[in-house]
Amino acid sequence: MTLRTIAHSRSGDKGIMINISLIAFDQRDYPRLVRHVTAARVKALFAELADGDVTRYELPLIGALNFVLHRLIGGGVTRTLAIDGHGKSLSSALLEMEIPDED
Amino acid sequence: MKTIRIGCGAGFSGDRIEPAVELAAQGALDYLVFECLAERTIAQAQQAKSRDPRTGYDPLLEDRVEAVLPACCERHTRIITNMGAANPVAAAEVVKNVARRLGLRGLSVAAVTGDDVLELVTAGEYVIVETGEPVAALGGRLVSANAYIGAEPIVEAISRGADVVITGRAADPSLFVAAQAYEFGWPADAWSQLGRATLVGHLLECAGQVTGGYFADPGYKDVADLSRLGFPIAEVPEYGAVVITKVPGSGGRVTAATCKEQLLYEIHDPAAYMTPDTVADFSAVRIWEVGPDRVAVDGGTGRPRPDVLKVSLGYRDGYIGEGQISYAGPGAVERARLAMCVVAQRLRLTGVASDELRCDLIGADALHGETLSATRGHPYEVRLRVAARTQTLRAAQRIGNEVEALYTNGPAAGGGATKSTREVMSLATTLVPRHLVSCAVSCEVL
Repeated sequence: MTLRTIAHSRSGDKGIMINISLIAFDQRDYPRLVRHVTAARVKALFAELADGDVTRYELPLIGALNFVLHRLIGGGVTRTLAIDGHGKSLSSALLEMEIPDED
Repeated sequence: MKTIRIGCGAGFSGDRIEPAVELAAQGALDYLVFECLAERTIAQAQQAKSRDPRTGYDPLLEDRVEAVLPACCERHTRIITNMGAANPVAAAEVVKNVARRLGLRGLSVAAVTGDDVLELVTAGEYVIVETGEPVAALGGRLVSANAYIGAEPIVEAISRGADVVITGRAADPSLFVAAQAYEFGWPADAWSQLGRATLVGHLLECAGQVTGGYFADPGYKDVADLSRLGFPIAEVPEYGAVVITKVPGSGGRVTAATCKEQLLYEIHDPAAYMTPDTVADFSAVRIWEVGPDRVAVDGGTGRPRPDVLKVSLGYRDGYIGEGQISYAGPGAVERARLAMCVVAQRLRLTGVASDELRCDLIGADALHGETLSATRGHPYEVRLRVAARTQTLRAAQRIGNEVEALYTNGPAAGGGATKSTREVMSLATTLVPRHLVSCAVSCEVL
């Protein structure tokens, strides 16, 4: 299954950094997000778009993770040649990530 | 316990106007805030001001103020906005003129200045955070330097009786923090209260993004009536949980999910959200629904503010030229890729100098790159986009011209070519000691 079934997401930018949130629809699914959506997996997923470290912050009280991608390739929104310089569309790519059906 | 009602009437410069009118008329608001200043907007506004000193404020200022001022005056709703951009004083004059035209006597309009620190950073030895180079290295390309100022001068303006407060580069949440700090009489070192107030500001500052805007995903996250999206209202008591809601009957929805998405929007470390007022901590925030379109939020706090202010530097950074053309039907992707190669070769052959060239197939790989899009089949139609960074406008124009020339010189059946150029205004950051930035408030009663 993909993350889209159990979680929602929004992304935004600050300078050359992007953050992508991942929020469980049902708080009981939060531990699955913590287990399966590691910073390393997110870094690998977006390797073509961001070449820096990925930091993961955990927010158990709202059942959410927040990923910060450092060093967006091509620079921030003001100078990049990319169409979506903000990286606002990246949340949709994260929701396509596969996780195991059953735990 | 005293509770105040704060609405957000715009989340960016080009935002819809009608939702703010609805808020002003039906929101029973104490404050209506318009957050209209993106990072690069102020650099562009500074350029406009250098061409004409009477300009440099938000282009929609007059329309927005005219639309809400009668209702705000009638209901004693104060307006706070950063629509002053590079010229809060001229913006205040515009607001006064609107008020005179509408016959609104006794209105007090304040302009907050002091965020413009161009002289300070060009005279001093400041360093660009992103590169480590001195600010002076930008030389004549440096167009603007604006410090993110906090709530204090806005509080001063309100306490001097201002009905409308206009700032330049105030930090987004500070516009909302000021209303709360004034109403509840918090001192500038009430860190935990300021952190909670920053949480309220952060949730509201993108307007419709907390009431169902930027949220809908049909079948997964449905939102009714996006064309009549209601903008948010925060009901803020002096202590305890804040309620986020909207005008009854407006479009959109306020749920725990919409509030959670906005809580983390443009946030890095949730325990250290830096603002000029406080280092806010959202890590222990709890969010729960208390009724239809009513969501309670609690647990925001804060620590002492930084001794430095963030300064946004705007500098001229060459040009971007762009051209686009579409291909459809059998072989669309192959023809678009051929066209892409032709343009790249033409630019080489004709000696167009570019620092960086980018080719996208819109509809295939433009947003997420080739790796992520490789798993999907070929689209029916695609749009080739070629963009390049150049040092001159003339070179930038050549990019679009080469794409357009694909009509008669490129692969078969290309259609809908467009071309454009723009001067690039890039941003960098520096930090200045807080005590070197002094703000002033000028206030006039009509």
